Amino acid sequence: MSVPGAWYLTLAAMLFTIGAIGVLVRRNVLVMFMCIELMLNAVNLTFVTFARMLDDIGGQVVVFFVLVVAAAEVVVGLGIIVAIFRRRTQATADDISLLKG
Amino acid sequence: MDKLVFFVAGATILLGAGFVVISRNPIHAALSLVATLFGVAVLFVEQQAHFLAAVQVIVYAGAIVVLFLFVIMLLGVDRDEDIARDPLIGQRPLALVAGGIVLFEVLVLAGAQWASGARSVTGPLSGETSNVEKLARAIFTRYLLPFEATSVLLVIAVIGAVVLARRSDPLSSGEVRAPDAEEAAAAQ
Repeated sequence: MSVPGAWYLTLAAMLFTIGAIGVLVRRNVLVMFMCIELMLNAVNLTFVTFARMLDDIGGQVVVFFVLVVAAAEVVVGLGIIVAIFRRRTQATADDISLLKG
Repeated sequence: MDKLVFFVAGATILLGAGFVVISRNPIHAALSLVATLFGVAVLFVEQQAHFLAAVQVIVYAGAIVVLFLFVIMLLGVDRDEDIARDPLIGQRPLALVAGGIVLFEVLVLAGAQWASGARSVTGPLSGETSNVEKLARAIFTRYLLPFEATSVLLVIAVIGAVVLARRSDPLSSGEVRAPDAEEAAAAQ
């Protein structure tokens, strides 16, 4: 354990922050979706680091399940995006405002 | 040597993530995402998570990014967008401030004591057997029910994607769908 676990956790926190800023800043729904993947990866890195620091396989099991859920989420999310784009050509997050009063 | 690997992979992760956020073209964003995912996989290997590193490359870099690229090409949105335009005044500075607060909060809450709490009884990470064997033993004994539940989740996701992406046939379900579509077209 030559590299301290705290370094990994700091890196994961930075990656999570970049993903969060991306979701807040960008308007293209596809890029926002990629930024959500960045945040998921940051959390995965945290889990793997804690699994090593606490000497416990449980953290890696959680990451396994997160990967499965992320795959399912991407499939459904991209299906929704395709359905939205089919109705309108420009679909930034600002254009999807049908529920606006 | 470990520190060198950590810094190279960490720089790859952060640079890739930064380019995902600032690139104008969605395809460039997707390719930068690949760099980030590879960096995370390298750090998984560094921490003895060999199986997860392989799955990370195969599922994320292989399947998910290809799915992203496929949708980008399918929809024809692979053109540069004007990111200089800021429809909500002051949104970006506020987003940067909010991001800074998130980072600060995470680091403060974690504090000096990074890993605390009791050990769980799932099983040790260190030992004679390989990482794959230990992970499989945990998943197929203690976490068997969640593992089976994920198969249901995947089936639901596949069915949902098919239902969402299916082009509704005007002949078979025209009675119900047609007014809805006309309304949406009129609203535009």
